Amino acid sequence: MILARVVGTVVATRKDPRLVSNKLLVARPMDPHGKAEGNYLVAVDTVDAGVGETVLIVSGSSARMAAGMKDCPVDAAIVGIVDHVEVAAGD
Amino acid sequence: MQLAKVIGNVVVTRKDENLTGVTLLVLQPIAADGSNIGRTLVAVDSVGAGVGETVFFVRGKEASFPFHPTEVPADAGVVGIVDCWHVDARPERGPADAASARRSLQASRPVAEPR
Repeated sequence: MILARVVGTVVATRKDPRLVSNKLLVARPMDPHGKAEGNYLVAVDTVDAGVGETVLIVSGSSARMAAGMKDCPVDAAIVGIVDHVEVAAGD
Repeated sequence: MQLAKVIGNVVVTRKDENLTGVTLLVLQPIAADGSNIGRTLVAVDSVGAGVGETVFFVRGKEASFPFHPTEVPADAGVVGIVDCWHVDARPERGPADAASARRSLQASRPVAEPR
């Protein structure tokens, strides 16, 4: 899984029927210290996350194991809202 | 599977219900010589690993297999704690140089004692 900050939302009218009523968010991956890295991605939200929050994103086929995502065409799902990250000193 | 160092943990209150009770660790993948390689990631833990330990982890859906039959939504999971590892660090071609000898020394050292 990766840590990411939610930076926006996606509105899509025409989409796969299995995506109807799912919230899509734009997220920017980040390292444990909060520094942004890598490309933006669109993830389906299963935990009511919002813009500005740090979230946990599961990607690949495992994204379909998130609650309510069975057989949905998704490859990234937000499965948790991060309270804080504890990193050992020096890492 | 890949070697990694556990460098932290993640505290998540609001989460997928199948993640309840599962430890989330911050991993830094490492190369055979122990140096950091690639981006950090978050993995579920099924072996009781902790910060400072060297572990190996799986990527993909297999990360959730240790929790079967619970379908834990995870794409990376720690499946073993490394006691020590050894790599024959001779280069694939060309003579051994000082750098590879140094790597060999580092690679054959035992991992640090867990806290």
